[in-house]
Amino acid sequence: MIVENSPVILSVRDLRAKVDGNEILKGLNLEMRAGEIHAIMGPNGSGKSTFSKVLAGHPAYEVTGGEVIFQGQNLLEMEPEERSRNGVFLAFQYPLEIPGVSNLDFLRVAYNSHQKSKGLEELDAFDFQDLVEQKLEVVKMNPSFLTRSVNEGFSGGEKKRNEILQMALLEPKLAILDETDSGLDIDALKIVANGVNQLANAENTMLVITHYQRLLDYIIPDYVHVMEGGRIVTTGTKELALELEARGYDWVTEEKATEVVR
Amino acid sequence: MITQVANRETFLPELVNQCRKQGKGKREGCAYGLKDLRDAAAEYVLGSKFPTTKDEEWRFTDISPLLEIPLQVPELTHEPNLGLSSLTLPVSSKDSLPLRVVFVNGYYAPQLSTMEASLLPTLAMEFFAGNLSNAPGNYHARIRELLNQKQQYNDVFTALNIAGLADAAVVYVPKNQQIETPIHLLFITMPGETPILAQPHCLIVAESGSSVTVVEDFAVIGNVATFTNAVTQIWLGENAAVNHIRLQREGREAIHVGKSAIAQSRDSRYTCNAINVGGKISRHNLEVFQTGEQTETVLNGLTMIAGEQLSDTHSAVNLSKPHGTTNQLHKCIVADKAHAVFNGKVFVPQAAQLTNAAQLNRNLLLSPKSRVDTKPQLEITADNVKCSHGATVSQLDAEEVFYLQSRGLNENDSRNLLINAFAAEIINKLPIPSLRETLYSVVKQMER
Ligand SMILES: Nc1ncnc2c1ncn2[C@@H]1O[C@H](COP(=O)(O)OP(=O)(O)OP(=O)(O)O)[C@@H](O)[C@H]1O
Ligand SMILES: [Mg+2]
Repeated sequence: MIVENSPVILSVRDLRAKVDGNEILKGLNLEMRAGEIHAIMGPNGSGKSTFSKVLAGHPAYEVTGGEVIFQGQNLLEMEPEERSRNGVFLAFQYPLEIPGVSNLDFLRVAYNSHQKSKGLEELDAFDFQDLVEQKLEVVKMNPSFLTRSVNEGFSGGEKKRNEILQMALLEPKLAILDETDSGLDIDALKIVANGVNQLANAENTMLVITHYQRLLDYIIPDYVHVMEGGRIVTTGTKELALELEARGYDWVTEEKATEVVR
Repeated sequence: MITQVANRETFLPELVNQCRKQGKGKREGCAYGLKDLRDAAAEYVLGSKFPTTKDEEWRFTDISPLLEIPLQVPELTHEPNLGLSSLTLPVSSKDSLPLRVVFVNGYYAPQLSTMEASLLPTLAMEFFAGNLSNAPGNYHARIRELLNQKQQYNDVFTALNIAGLADAAVVYVPKNQQIETPIHLLFITMPGETPILAQPHCLIVAESGSSVTVVEDFAVIGNVATFTNAVTQIWLGENAAVNHIRLQREGREAIHVGKSAIAQSRDSRYTCNAINVGGKISRHNLEVFQTGEQTETVLNGLTMIAGEQLSDTHSAVNLSKPHGTTNQLHKCIVADKAHAVFNGKVFVPQAAQLTNAAQLNRNLLLSPKSRVDTKPQLEITADNVKCSHGATVSQLDAEEVFYLQSRGLNENDSRNLLINAFAAEIINKLPIPSLRETLYSVVKQMER
């Protein structure tokens, strides 16, 4: 929801980043304000996941230019865990399996690391169980997933729901959902979208990366951006997503090219 | 150089001599025919060479630092002056391990043991845990028979142990007795003025249909050079079950060589949980012989070493009859400049049809200087066999560390959580809570 003069949460200016010596992000600009939902679409390899990893602080990605201001602070100077504790959350495109670490323990240490950094009380196993059971409702997850190892043997849809469960617990200010809808059947998609909608509010902002307009029937974006070659090349409203679905990306790129020629 | 060579030649004869002097005039063990056993073993040692890295079985483990320690075979200390709390790791709390048999330098220490009948109202009267000299008379013949089975020595250290055999820990579980409470056998090496050679020996007999859990625990008092050369023999009768936990947590200056030899009758189930965290150099030889049909062998191992520790596990499982199974998971966590060695042999001869053998060795290297040498060795001639084996060597996965960091854990906590998870797969199999806690605290020290 666009609210005039609501505070800027994320401001990205002319961001450039490399991985393995190749420049992938080539001058990316984006501004997100509290209450807004943004979608990023774009062809494979255009740099969408790279952007999300850079925001989360993945060490393999080297920022070579530009700036990222998150709630008035320089995000790029923070360690990944500080970003998380300050309210950045990335739902991974490919959530990792961590054998041997129980999902419940993992969720609790993550939650408590946030509590601790805010000077709030850490929860013991007993109290945490109560909290997490409420949050399970958000993604309609079976409590039996808590006792299993993190994502181990989970189906694709279960992994994505587990990401949203973490988001529900950590209550981020900036949530980045990297293809959380990919590979989901329509029922799982509705559950995930419904979870996201419950968590979106006037205080936070969401960045939804997707290839499919279908998701945007359930999570209604305020802005749709098209990413191409490491930059956001055009921005529109949710109607843009429909057009992209119908016509593909080429026309956007071509229009950009003609703009440059003119 | 010259003294080194001389040492290598004289080291074993010198120790055999000392063992002989100690054995002289001792009447313990008459009932078991120990003298003949000792003499035969001494002959074997005198005819053997001190192992070097040129020997296939010792390729990665240089045991020669042993030659530099002026070892003494210890006298029986009647009242060893020590509190158990002086051990380098806390002894498990009493409630979880109330039945404790303690040996100091290979000798039984009754005053440190807690094996009173009053503690054991639930135990069968005929059950025995103690030492060889005090074993009830009606068991003498059986123990003698087992001890004197034709010994096929295949290594010099086992023979050296038997060359000095005067007393032994004994756990005897009569037919059909289910012993619920774990038996804690604590083998302490406590050097005096000089470094010592401690040679604990342990005999576990589980008669048919019985079951028992035994924790063998090897520790050294003080951070000094010692050599513990241990031998444990376990016999499982038909349909018996033994859960064997072997914890080697000696000090960082200790050298430890241990043999566990297990004979399994038909339908028996043997589980070994071998934990190696101590010692400057340690070697565990684990040998299992399945002698009947449908025997089940489960071998779990966890080695956690740091600094300049070297820890070597050599296991050999011999299947011989149909329907046997063996399932082995050996894990190593190696930090700093430490070095882990694993050699796992599984023999499945023609007669062992319809068997199932699985072996996996997984290694986690925590530093660029840490090292592992692993060699699974399956020799299969039977044709109707299900068999799998594998070895992995890896570092902590940077993507996993990042995933945890992205949820708010700092890098150190993330790494620790992952190391913990690696170890947990074995630690969680241990049925004793205080032992699990002790080991989790060792995991914590792996990364400082
Ligand atoms: N760790 C890496 N090492 C090398 N190249 C990488 C790495 N990560 C990304 N790239 C490259 O960067 C480019 C952008 O990849 P990225 O994953 O950001 O694209 P994407 O827009 O998310 O694509 P998709 O829609 O397929 O998920 C690709 O060419 C990719 O091969
Ligand atoms: Mg991507």
